[in-house]
Amino acid sequence: MPRWLTEDEYGVLTAMCERLIPADETPGATDAGVVDYIDGLLGAFSFDPPRIWAGGPSSGRFGGTPGFATFHPLTALDELAWRTRIEGSLGRPEREFNGAVVGLQEQYRSGLAMLGPDFAHCEGEEQDRRLHAHSDFTELVYGHACEGMYGAPEYGGNRDGVGWSNIGFAGDVQPRGWTDREVSEA
Amino acid sequence: MTVDAIIVGSGPGGSTVADVLTAAGWSVVIFEKGRNHLIDLEDPSRLLGDYSNDEVKFIDRYFLGPDPFLEPRTFRVSPDEGDHSFVGEVNSIPTTVGGGGTHADGKVPRFREEDFSLLSTYGPQDGASVADWPLDYTELEPFYTDVERRIGVSGEAGANPFAAWRSGPYPMPPGPSMYGSKLSCAAAESLGFHPYPAPGATNSEPYDGRPACNNCGFCAYFGCPTHAKGDPVAMLQKALLSGNAELRPETFVSRIRTDGKRATGVDFIGPDGVEHSMDARYVVVAGGAVETPRLLLLSGLEHPLIGRHLMTHFQTIVVGGFADLRLHGERGRAVTEVHDDAIVPDDGSRAAAKEAGLPWMRGGMVEHGGPALPILEAKIYRWGRTHKENMRSSPMRDRLWAFTMQGEDLPVPTNRIDLDPTIRDVRGFPVARYTYKPHPHELAASAHHGPRLAAILAEMGAEWTSIVTSPGTPGGPGDRTSEHAPISRHVMGTARMGDDPATSVADSSGRLHQLPNVVIADSSVFVTSAGYGPTLTLAALAARSAAAMVG
Repeated sequence: MPRWLTEDEYGVLTAMCERLIPADETPGATDAGVVDYIDGLLGAFSFDPPRIWAGGPSSGRFGGTPGFATFHPLTALDELAWRTRIEGSLGRPEREFNGAVVGLQEQYRSGLAMLGPDFAHCEGEEQDRRLHAHSDFTELVYGHACEGMYGAPEYGGNRDGVGWSNIGFAGDVQPRGWTDREVSEA
Repeated sequence: MTVDAIIVGSGPGGSTVADVLTAAGWSVVIFEKGRNHLIDLEDPSRLLGDYSNDEVKFIDRYFLGPDPFLEPRTFRVSPDEGDHSFVGEVNSIPTTVGGGGTHADGKVPRFREEDFSLLSTYGPQDGASVADWPLDYTELEPFYTDVERRIGVSGEAGANPFAAWRSGPYPMPPGPSMYGSKLSCAAAESLGFHPYPAPGATNSEPYDGRPACNNCGFCAYFGCPTHAKGDPVAMLQKALLSGNAELRPETFVSRIRTDGKRATGVDFIGPDGVEHSMDARYVVVAGGAVETPRLLLLSGLEHPLIGRHLMTHFQTIVVGGFADLRLHGERGRAVTEVHDDAIVPDDGSRAAAKEAGLPWMRGGMVEHGGPALPILEAKIYRWGRTHKENMRSSPMRDRLWAFTMQGEDLPVPTNRIDLDPTIRDVRGFPVARYTYKPHPHELAASAHHGPRLAAILAEMGAEWTSIVTSPGTPGGPGDRTSEHAPISRHVMGTARMGDDPATSVADSSGRLHQLPNVVIADSSVFVTSAGYGPTLTLAALAARSAAAMVG
């Protein structure tokens, strides 16, 4: 179940992200759960604490305690910033001290609608044509897709670290770190 | 209650002052407008463990602050552009407990002797206020030594032929060199350059109760998860453990209160959102060269030079691509070697200066390093079929090596911080506005040194090289308004020091000429920018100012 997207939107965004970061001989955006990363950002405030900043100092993937899974509590100002960024300013004066803000939720809702309800069932060329026709939205989603593909799995994407293993990147290596030899030699 | 000193800002400057004052028994309250992710305030011997190897958190989601929604800044190249041409994230050095010290990979070089006397050594430049500092290297050297010990600096005395003299060795030897850096150093040496181990605030061995760096690689832009980086946690922790200091995060100082002759304290807004006041014998302002002049201006101080002579470092970034190498820049500290050859004028740069119609030219310290972060890399490539191929072969990360020259930026009076007329922060106060345009000196020095750095990468085996600058050159490639704002976190010079109150804001001990119990303890007081990161020099000046306070 998506946290914030509707089932239909989830389907369109899945097709879109797979077009942005397609599977080839290794997993692509769908397999990596990129859409769950984005849905987790749009629905960050349905988690407690909100899913904005993963904890520290280590994930457990290289030893140590798995602190990433415990997200940081937000202060009132942090919450104001992130709710405004995600939900938009919604006419509330405390969010509009420098003017109205269009939130990510609205950008996604209208952007996915512009791609059309049949987007997931179109041929790849037609999908690309629509993505190019809405390039501002496509670039917004691509940035998030990159975060969901290559960010820490605790944010909902990069499932089982497939984004990292695909490119030979170790990810978060604390507390192991790298030996002097691994730093200095090929 | 009247405390001995209020310190505004918990970065390297404020922390150094706090350490010195509390050791002398002074009572100190440190105000920090950002959050605390560093030290357990109930038990300052414990660190919070909030920092992590997490690119989403630190790069994409502003964990170290400032959040550009809550605290935007504005930018314009010149007043011709109106009130501002850009609103948002401008040169945002962290707003958090630990300040700017948390973001860096901790290169902490000293300046050279002549950096304190540019005017008498090289002479003036048209359009710039080149001047000598009111103190020289000899006066500052004991304080450089002092703060190197407090922070814990690794390095190799004698390895840099251009270095200023030093009274003793570094507290620690250098850590391991990155693979790519070994290759770029060999190429640089073969062409007559003189690379050396970057002086680092990063432990190469256990030091002062903190562990040796384990080379995790999430270094520049990240807080250090193991606290192997001493800047400024070491000083801050000592100050708090003395029992004489209180640290108040999420607290914004909105005004320095005065009786006309002296400061009496500050007004501040805490996490409760309510304005309070506190009295103090001294107010130490250490908000960095953007927030410090902003506070002086918010306080109604009227010296005409407050905010002027804003300097950053003009960055020349030269990259090379290596089809046959995997350089794994994500292993180890972000920069392990640097060279200073571009700082010292030679026949080539003298000819280039003459050609450009300039009396002289200086570049800056050149950092050897490679990119480390896959999300930043991914966003460079286009989406679609080629994305994953690119990520696997990694031309823009794993097969890339780079030099960054931190070019000296001349002090220009029209380059300044002032208060934006319309944009507010979340608390309702006017934000800092940058007005900044590089002096022709910076452009000419970049044009001269960039190709020389590209030649080193070619010697190293690069198949292609490319040169970009920050700020971007108007009219050049990538010419977007936001890119005319310099990305260098090195900001300096907005409350310059000097002996003459007509031509300077503070004296050589950081005291405001007009309010002598207000002490500036950050890079705002720099007279010129040199070509070196400012942290160690601002910490040494802060230690010197604090020593003068305690007498």
